[in-house]
Amino acid sequence: MVTKENDKITVENLNCFYSGKQVLKNLNLTVEKNEILSIIGPSNSGKTSFLRTLNRMNDMNVNFSREGNIYLDKENIFDMNPEKLRTRVGMLFAMPIPLPMSIYDNIAYAPRVLGLKNRKNMDEVVEQSLKDAYLWDEVKDRLNASAIKMSGGQQQRLCIARILAIEPEVILFDEPCSGLDPISTAKVEEAMLKLKQKYTIVLVTNNVKQASRVGTRTAFFLMGELVEVDTTKKIFVSPQNKKTEDYITGRFG
Amino acid sequence: MNRKLIDSIIEKIIFLCGIIAIVFVVLIFGFLLKEGFYFFKDYGVFKFVLGQYWYPSSSPAVFGVFALIIGSLLVTLGAALIAVPLGIMTALFISELAPKGVRDVLKSIVELMAAIPSIVLGFVGMVTLVPFIRTAFNIPTGLTAFSGSIVLAFMAMPTIVSISEDAIRSVPWSYKEGAYALGATKWQTIRRVVLKAAMPGIIAAVMLGIGRVIGETMAVLMVTGNASAIPTSIFDPVRTLTATIATEMGETVRGGLHYRALFAIGLVLFSITFIINFIADLFLNKNSKKG
Repeated sequence: MVTKENDKITVENLNCFYSGKQVLKNLNLTVEKNEILSIIGPSNSGKTSFLRTLNRMNDMNVNFSREGNIYLDKENIFDMNPEKLRTRVGMLFAMPIPLPMSIYDNIAYAPRVLGLKNRKNMDEVVEQSLKDAYLWDEVKDRLNASAIKMSGGQQQRLCIARILAIEPEVILFDEPCSGLDPISTAKVEEAMLKLKQKYTIVLVTNNVKQASRVGTRTAFFLMGELVEVDTTKKIFVSPQNKKTEDYITGRFG
Repeated sequence: MNRKLIDSIIEKIIFLCGIIAIVFVVLIFGFLLKEGFYFFKDYGVFKFVLGQYWYPSSSPAVFGVFALIIGSLLVTLGAALIAVPLGIMTALFISELAPKGVRDVLKSIVELMAAIPSIVLGFVGMVTLVPFIRTAFNIPTGLTAFSGSIVLAFMAMPTIVSISEDAIRSVPWSYKEGAYALGATKWQTIRRVVLKAAMPGIIAAVMLGIGRVIGETMAVLMVTGNASAIPTSIFDPVRTLTATIATEMGETVRGGLHYRALFAIGLVLFSITFIINFIADLFLNKNSKKG
């Protein structure tokens, strides 16, 4: 394993299978500290499988198996306690899932369940998380209102705030804007750009333009293989691989 | 015949079917109320409900159902204390923890339990449980409230398990996934997310289970000793409201005071089960509104 000082996650010869069918082929990739690595690619390219391997959410699928290793700060994640890993590598889903309780309780939920915070500084945690998720100004007067009644974009930022409350090191975004309108999308993207100052972000997106807007670097996946990874500018201006060019210019996929 | 006419005829038939159910309930309630009302007028409501002695054949006859109400409630409470934790944990095991093969077998066994006639349960309880309790606790008779509670717990279990299991299973996978993604363990997820989200359904399951228990007659009659005195412990023999009706209805004179007293007991039972079902309904409605 060769890791540089700036590498947060190092993926080494990763192969993944669902019921014996290979979905990721010999993947080698690093995620650097405080970057947004966007992963683009058509459906069935293994983007989401890859993301769900990074925090071992795939462990719950009995049909899943893998070879190879992933290192988080030089520590093999497959040797770690999966629950502990997930507090360090948080995940945001495509569909926002606010819990049927108040906005405040949604944010305070994970720290409470995990026993991370005492009651005194919970208020601060909630406020800071909501501020970092660009939601504070919209909800500060109604923290006790039900989270279910928020708009889709607000719900998604609420879910971001909920992850921030457990102070992870890496945040995985799984198509976070697939169900949102352009204005909500812009707000979530704004939040992401702010967040990368503190966190390392991996973003899976079906929206190529989104990758170009927020990605520090961009990786292109196709049929379970990593075709190309480079700075976002290079990928979009002068991709090395013909398939990458075809995909980002919308010729297929 | 044109389609509109057929449509309206079918509509009326369905309407009639719906109405018949309501009419039956109203008729039953009215009949109970009528007989009970005569009794209350002759004997007095408070004397009936709070009276400690049930001596229908002494003269003058005494009809106090307080001991019977306590008997029914004690047996039901005991059954609930046994069946509720056991039932909810079984439901959790079936829906969350058991491997697929075990789950299917367990589920069908639980459903089979519901199909056992109550008299059979009572019979088995009488020949196995009652002697066991007598020797195990070294008491003069095994026919106790405790025996009744155990037998009734067996009857409430299938209802509690299968309805709770449905409620637990209908918690969206995304809730659980969200909890796991925040670093919650399996137990934390079950306790703080799954159980919480399924709670209205679980409470409804418990209420329906208890409703079944409190109306049960034969099984409980066979194992509780049928002694109408206020019990001082769960190891005392008791008599329940239902058992009283079942044993004495044959000896009464139609239209007599005793006959009407039994109807008044029916009215008490009806009120209790009505309250329980009403509470269960409240929780079920709360549940469906959320989804």
